[in-house]
Amino acid sequence: MQRHLISAADLTRDDAVLILDTAEEMARVADRPIKKLPTLRGRTIVNLFFEDSTRTRISFEAAEKRLSADVINFTAKGSSVSKGESLKDTAQTLEAMGVDAVVIRHGASGAPYRLATSGWIDAAVINAGDGTHQHPTQALLDAFTMRRRLVGRDAGLGQDLSGKRITIVGDVLHSRVARSNVDLLHTLGAEVTLVAPPTLVPVGVDAWPCGISYDLDSTLAKSDAVMMLRVQRERMNAAFFPTEREYSRRYGLDGDRMARMPEHAIVMHPGPMVRGMEITAEVADSDRCTVVEQVANGVSIRMAVLYLLLGGNEPAVTHTRTIEEK
Amino acid sequence: MSKILIRGAKVLGGEPQDVLIDGSVIAEVGVGLPADGAEVVEADGKVLLPGLVDLHTHLREPGREDSETVLTGTRAAASGGYTAVFAMANTFPVADTAGVVEQVYRLGQEHGYCDVQPIGAVTVGLEGRKLAELGAMHESAAGVTVFSDDGKCVDDAVIMRRALEYVKAFGGVVAQHAQEPRLTEGAQMNEGVVSAELGLGGWPAVAEESIIARDVLLAEHVGSRVHICHLSTAGSVEIVRWAKSRGIDVTAEVTPHHLLLTDELVRSYNPVYKVNPPLRTERDVLALREALADGTIDIVATDHAPHPHEDKDCEWAAAAMGMVGLETALSVVQETMVETGLLDWAGVADRMSVKPAKIGQAAGHGRPVSAGEPANLTLVDTAYRGSVDPAGFASRSRNTPYEGRELPGRVTHTWLRGKATLVDGKLT
Repeated sequence: MQRHLISAADLTRDDAVLILDTAEEMARVADRPIKKLPTLRGRTIVNLFFEDSTRTRISFEAAEKRLSADVINFTAKGSSVSKGESLKDTAQTLEAMGVDAVVIRHGASGAPYRLATSGWIDAAVINAGDGTHQHPTQALLDAFTMRRRLVGRDAGLGQDLSGKRITIVGDVLHSRVARSNVDLLHTLGAEVTLVAPPTLVPVGVDAWPCGISYDLDSTLAKSDAVMMLRVQRERMNAAFFPTEREYSRRYGLDGDRMARMPEHAIVMHPGPMVRGMEITAEVADSDRCTVVEQVANGVSIRMAVLYLLLGGNEPAVTHTRTIEEK
Repeated sequence: MSKILIRGAKVLGGEPQDVLIDGSVIAEVGVGLPADGAEVVEADGKVLLPGLVDLHTHLREPGREDSETVLTGTRAAASGGYTAVFAMANTFPVADTAGVVEQVYRLGQEHGYCDVQPIGAVTVGLEGRKLAELGAMHESAAGVTVFSDDGKCVDDAVIMRRALEYVKAFGGVVAQHAQEPRLTEGAQMNEGVVSAELGLGGWPAVAEESIIARDVLLAEHVGSRVHICHLSTAGSVEIVRWAKSRGIDVTAEVTPHHLLLTDELVRSYNPVYKVNPPLRTERDVLALREALADGTIDIVATDHAPHPHEDKDCEWAAAAMGMVGLETALSVVQETMVETGLLDWAGVADRMSVKPAKIGQAAGHGRPVSAGEPANLTLVDTAYRGSVDPAGFASRSRNTPYEGRELPGRVTHTWLRGKATLVDGKLT
């Protein structure tokens, strides 16, 4: 059976925990003098990026290479996708070349789902971010980071995030990171609260398995982790909020606010950070901020996902989403 | 001309009767009519309706003949039981001059599968800035009475007001594509629970409702007539209901797909479900059905929007908006309105033939099935059950959301002024 990772919502609790546990094993590889496993030797993986994202592409590339896969980077930005043929045509070209997996980043929500379900291609499809829809490996690396920090590196094995309270702050409306995290963290038993100005919360959010607040201060004291999202300055011009300073005053994380969080609580950010607006330098550079760990953990998570999709014996990650079950 | 005797047809769903066509008109309707040399069509209890009239069709010619032409589009219309279609103005060039509308009109006459009544653009190039020559289009051989920038909203309130006022001079009507442009920037689907989850840009109901509210008030203010294209939300129904109760001269249409499909289907990311206005929720669908039944919504119009395969076989955001509809419309109405008990066949004749002909002033169409009337007729096998196979479509395009879906009913015969355009389900 064909297997893909399109959405964090497709993962069961056991799938997710298996990926996190596998990532712990993969993380150990990074501590070795030779950071390489032979697992995916002879397999070809294409990183198909229709949208710029150096960080994510490099993270996948590092993961693929540590697993000894043959890696092809295909950057399609700038090529004509206005009529969409290029996704299908590109996919079929890759298929003809015998590619085993496609890691796809695309500006259009649903593009990886189309790639996986339209019969254009037989390779495994891994969503590396699509429009404002999903970014499942980001959610997995965030959950991995939380489990290490809040449960413990070894104590966390086999565990989920039951009872942990996670606050996600910022531009939820345009954020695939927020969507993926809400889905995955809920599956892992955490309580999620989204905090944003009402203009940056999607209509229809009430159906999501999380709480909503417009008030950051009231949520800080009861948060085990506060995840800051990137806010693009352009949003200000589109009237999502009045000024950068007002946004910062109401939804930015500074030292004072961080001091009101519980002692053990961590600050997360998917990067790149807009310092001074969404997060102050004081917070970004503190020990409680996990941004750099998140980057390192990203490689371990992506190794785990690739291993389980392409090399593992168990069908750990199964693409199960259908219209009927929704 | 020859005579045709349609024997044992349930006229408008009533008791079986015989209908004798002589030349281009209905000569007699009664029980036990003698064949008397006429060609006999055994109706066997099929339902006979006045030929259907579609107030909202995209024929794509001139300009996008790869999607559809007047010939293929009218053949699709005849297959679906239509004897007249109104062709939307968003062609290349835009139908904003007497020359273009006359060309489309003439092609319809030449091909002879159904009457083609061009719709003229309200503004030059559909750009919403300058009124097109509405009077010249009306006075042309095409005799345009319906004007629309469909595909785009006439969003400038002053232009809309002037258009409504101007067409009063010759009894025209402005058909509005109600879509507030700023509220729908980047819109990909209905804004709600599903769009929030899928991360697709939302097309909020209020973007439709606010324009309808504005336009019915404008129509009231200038004493003109406005028609609302493809109304799609429960809130829009409420506004039209209010406007009618106030005596405002407004009519409204709903498409078959908005009577049947919901935005849940977009979870497949299959662009065959991408349409403008977008598929809405179950609640909207039920409100639309009820409004069509009680007459708040006057008519069913297809918004037949053919697109070539490559414009749909791609990722959602890149895909064209629209669905074909001429060949499945009556089946969808049977499923959603007749089989649910909301409408009888006389009601279907009213919503799909009589009223659209009246709104568009299509002479000779939407007439009673009685002696002396033009023989524009459609015979429907309502007992038929089968799944939709787009390979058999007469339309040049195949972008139907119903592929493989079972729908009831099948048009077996269509007559345009006594001339058969469809016989036993086959085009002549």
